[in-house]
Amino acid sequence: MAQTVFIEAINQAITEEMRRDENVFIMGEDIRRAVYGATADLLGEFGEKRVLDTPLSENGFFGAAIGASLVGMRPIVETLTSFMWVGMDQLISQAAKMRYMFGGQATLPVVYRATMFYGAGSAAHHSDRSYPMFMNMPGIKIVVPSNPADMKGLLKSAVRDDDPTIIFEDGTLFGMRGEVPDDAELPQGELVVPFGEAKIVREGTDVTIVGIAGAVNHAIVVADQLAADGISVEVIDPRTLVPFDKQTVLDSVEKTGRLVIADPAHKVCSAASEIASIVAEEGFWSLQAPIQKVASEQVHIPYTPSLEKLVYPDVAKITAAVKRTLES
Amino acid sequence: MTRTDAGGELCVTKATVLLLAARIGLLQKPEGLTVDIDRDLLLLMLRRMWMIRNFELKVMEVHAAGEFTGAAHPYIGEEAVAVGACAALEDTDYITGNHRSHGHPIAKGGRVDKAMAELYGRIDGYCKGKGGSMHLADYSIGILGESGILGSSVPVAVGAALAAHIKGEKFVSLAFFGDGASNQGALHESMNLASVWKLPIIFLCENNQYAVTTSYAETVAVEHVSDRASAYNMPGLLIDGQDAIAMYEATSAAVARARAGEGPTLIEGLTYRYEEHSLGLGRVRRGEYRSQEEIDSWRKRDPLEILEGSIISQGVATREECDAINAETLDEVERATDFARNSPFPEPEELFEDMWANPIPQP
Repeated sequence: MAQTVFIEAINQAITEEMRRDENVFIMGEDIRRAVYGATADLLGEFGEKRVLDTPLSENGFFGAAIGASLVGMRPIVETLTSFMWVGMDQLISQAAKMRYMFGGQATLPVVYRATMFYGAGSAAHHSDRSYPMFMNMPGIKIVVPSNPADMKGLLKSAVRDDDPTIIFEDGTLFGMRGEVPDDAELPQGELVVPFGEAKIVREGTDVTIVGIAGAVNHAIVVADQLAADGISVEVIDPRTLVPFDKQTVLDSVEKTGRLVIADPAHKVCSAASEIASIVAEEGFWSLQAPIQKVASEQVHIPYTPSLEKLVYPDVAKITAAVKRTLES
Repeated sequence: MTRTDAGGELCVTKATVLLLAARIGLLQKPEGLTVDIDRDLLLLMLRRMWMIRNFELKVMEVHAAGEFTGAAHPYIGEEAVAVGACAALEDTDYITGNHRSHGHPIAKGGRVDKAMAELYGRIDGYCKGKGGSMHLADYSIGILGESGILGSSVPVAVGAALAAHIKGEKFVSLAFFGDGASNQGALHESMNLASVWKLPIIFLCENNQYAVTTSYAETVAVEHVSDRASAYNMPGLLIDGQDAIAMYEATSAAVARARAGEGPTLIEGLTYRYEEHSLGLGRVRRGEYRSQEEIDSWRKRDPLEILEGSIISQGVATREECDAINAETLDEVERATDFARNSPFPEPEELFEDMWANPIPQP
């Protein structure tokens, strides 16, 4: 089992998928020189036709990826969440809707890798955690990895999936080290993580914490700290939000009776909101305390560190929420 | 003449490229057939133009009778643009369309029965009734689908051309859009992208001169949409959009350029919308935005009369043969309408079908 940095896991997944299938190609801004790291060495191995540096034209190249996918290619687009607004028409009017609108004729195996850079002084225009907005729109699969192994395995699934997918890559995790199994160690011979299967990261009996993306790691810290106080926390990582494995969450809440959801997105209509509503509708009689949402405050991301750190879910906020559920 | 604003030469004969004044200038009539077009292809073009005309007339009739609801945008008056352009394409080439797009699939060889059934919202429609008038598609013959968001399908067409470029294949793609959409950022991003990558695509502007009620002269900063090509280092051709042969010839030249790996071309077919923007807008109060004289002057250059005039004067076919083609398409449109009327509406179970290629549970 190799220790691998998150950004290297992305690179491994792309490289392996491009080797496996010549229809896979990657496009984005400054990817040949790998400004953000994930596309290092791709140009040398796969050449200019399969590693495309684009102009600053998100509407244009998001759409070009869609068109290429319709005729047999499997594009990977590298972008940032904050640039997705510029290309929203293609993501919503075309990628999400084409298959249904055309009665199933269109198949769009296109992957958008959207990095969420937040928490490091990037200010309001470069810190978006926008997955809930896409959850509201049918037609796009949504992936939120929290560690290098899942990042690699989920990206490989995304490339092989025949539906449009956005992978929200948590920029706070880019330097994270984690164990990524070698393919030879795996019974199926390769690391591919299926969509719609949540992972129980820590087993516990008193409180369930569902974490989204980077917040999973805060939840793990909380679980470890509270274990010393005799509080048993179960941590669940849904890994994909569309599809969402609600049964794993409902089963956990049935066992613990308490639910905290930690979500780096803004709290109104967040992923946490949707998960809370599912449990309120379908798991209400399991609950022994009100559900706690720990999501980002409903303000823009301020530049100054003294204010930015107040916005996101963190260990202290999640711990406080867990304790509120136990006081009830 | 050949326009070579930038980006190389396109071989187009003099008769097909008309010098037009802004909007409706004096149009120079083509000097008959200037290229050697196969007789069968000419008659196929005539058949498809009559098919579109008769399809649209039928749509207007049954829509007025309340047989289906929703918006529908008649293509009458513009038939030569789609038919001339698509005659230059193979089944393996791709097109994308827009809201005014019943004509595009018919021009590419699509089925009128499945198109009509789609307008009726029936299960035998092209999209099982889920798309309707503005979203026809036929993936079996390269019709990648139409977009009700204008300009939005153009990047998609660029992507199909990108696939040809990456794979080294010879197919091309062609994006239909209007003068209104020529102001969309998506169009400009697409033209730049296609030009820097030398993609095999034809940007085909159907300039029918009005975006709903707004004249393109008031919203386009250059004299002609085709002038915009120079900003993207590609040839820009201004073509008489009422002349199917001219459209065919210009598109053929652009297709040859694309297949040779020389990059994209912008073609502007100057044409005219006879009808109002959309059916079903009868209750919307409409101000005067074009004169009867203007409408009449364009109707005098009807694309079907022009093509039939060329065909008959050149001895390709007789008046009777042309009339027979018209009559046959009328019959086919009638049969298509019966097919649509007799096709069932989708059952409730259809609601959740076709969302995903790899289905996931409904939340």
